[in-house]
Amino acid sequence: MEVFLQQIINGLTLGSIYAIVALGYTMVYGIVQLINFAHGEVVMIGAMVALTVIGSLAGANTGMPPVVIVLAGIACAVPVCMAVGYTMERVAYRPLRGAPRLAPLITAIGISIILQHLAMLIWSRNPLSFPQIIPNPVFEIAGANVSGVQIAIISLSALMMLGLTALVYRTRLGTAMRATSENPQVAGLMGVNINRVIASTFVIGAGLGAVAGVMVGTYYGIAHYTMGALLGLKAFSAAVLGGIGNLAGAMLGGILLGLVEALGAGYIGELTDLCHVSWISTGLAERCAQDGHVVLMGSNYQDVFAFLVLIAVLVFRPSGLLGERVGDRA
Amino acid sequence: MSLLEVRNLKVAYGGIVAVRGIDLEVAAGELVALIGANGAGKTTTLKALAGVLRPSGGSVHYDGASITHDPSHRLVQRGIALVPEGRGVFARLTVEENLGMGAYIRDDRHEVRADLDRIYALFPRLKERRAQTAGTLSGGEQQMVAIGRALMSRPKLLLLDEPSMGLAPLMVQKIFEVIASISAQGVTILLVEQNARLALQAASRGYVMESGAITLTDAASTLLASEQVRQAYLGE
Repeated sequence: MEVFLQQIINGLTLGSIYAIVALGYTMVYGIVQLINFAHGEVVMIGAMVALTVIGSLAGANTGMPPVVIVLAGIACAVPVCMAVGYTMERVAYRPLRGAPRLAPLITAIGISIILQHLAMLIWSRNPLSFPQIIPNPVFEIAGANVSGVQIAIISLSALMMLGLTALVYRTRLGTAMRATSENPQVAGLMGVNINRVIASTFVIGAGLGAVAGVMVGTYYGIAHYTMGALLGLKAFSAAVLGGIGNLAGAMLGGILLGLVEALGAGYIGELTDLCHVSWISTGLAERCAQDGHVVLMGSNYQDVFAFLVLIAVLVFRPSGLLGERVGDRA
Repeated sequence: MSLLEVRNLKVAYGGIVAVRGIDLEVAAGELVALIGANGAGKTTTLKALAGVLRPSGGSVHYDGASITHDPSHRLVQRGIALVPEGRGVFARLTVEENLGMGAYIRDDRHEVRADLDRIYALFPRLKERRAQTAGTLSGGEQQMVAIGRALMSRPKLLLLDEPSMGLAPLMVQKIFEVIASISAQGVTILLVEQNARLALQAASRGYVMESGAITLTDAASTLLASEQVRQAYLGE
């Protein structure tokens, strides 16, 4: 039971981060039907910029309180990522707007490689330790541990999701975004400057990604120029799980994926413990008696779950949990 | 002077020329019909006038200025609104959000509110369904949304593309009554229709389009009486 509760808390934390990154994928897909494979790299850049800012402010003895320094890190990461998001839309995707869908997709992969290697040139190829400057108290709830960072990640994510929902459903820009996602031509006839709305979508997604990058860095305490690739793929899986193009779907998919991963990692050792099997060979029984466990797969199989979920969704419900039937999007 | 002046307009899709150099004029306050068979280039012409398609040649003057290459979102600000063929409502937006999109370019909130009430008075059905998503409406109701939405931008020139398409006869009648009343309020209208009789009955002048060119133009009553039009478009 303690393991269960602990993994739920870990899963919610991880899931909130996935959800925020998944929103970036799903918003862009919703409006231009493009999978922006470079979005994971935007998240990485967010983490890197924050790492640099936080590291130098903390090292400079400015006397600023740690929380202010972290906020300054976020405040620098967000505009940098927004600029990256804007630039890639303007330079790489807009000229391809009328092209067959494969062209922007391949371009996205290219952008992703370019950004990764630019980051490698700037921040080196070594894993960097993300400065852990805020005190991180650990609370105990019913036998499970919750850290201050986890609480901060979950509540900040929830806040961003609320804010984004309000933006999309309550503002003029949000209505224009929804209209453009349904029918860009008619949205143009209403006076919507489609290019500007599409650029805004990229910029907002990138801003969310930047915050997610800072959260990942703070949570794991490490940053690397390739960190965006796996994180991006998982968040993309989360977006597909929820139904790509659907905001609520990305949030739900992210949280679910985080929970699946954490619970999977928490229980896979127990589930694949050969000592539970009654017909094991005598040789194994000896080892069981000695160690108590002969585990086939450990928690390092964690990463597999996201992709198992992705495959299952693609096979059984390609439109995702909240997505409409694929045929409806003509 | 004409509100809309089209000279030698050409529009092509890739290598396929759909409109081959047409001349067309609409005076302020006029209701002009553009009729013709399927594939004659009527919709293409309207799309080019609304800035959805880029003309490959010729010029379009509106209100004394050249708008030949203006994108659609700028033309709305100048007062040109297109009700597209097939209505083009935003199916996942509510009726009220759809109408609100029509007023996207306007800042005068109170006036917009008043105009919204006017649209609801014109189409009481829409008021009942204001919170429903537009995709759940019938074809006729969607056409009301499309026309109401265009009116929300307070257009000087309203371009209507096949407003009767796919509608039940009673609904067609209702839509044409509305078109007449919009025209009576002084809005200039260019009406594209396959239902030539209805269009010519509503209009003061008409153009007949065939394979991308204008073959005939005259007062609507003269066209209605012309042997050529009667045979080709009125099924007599």
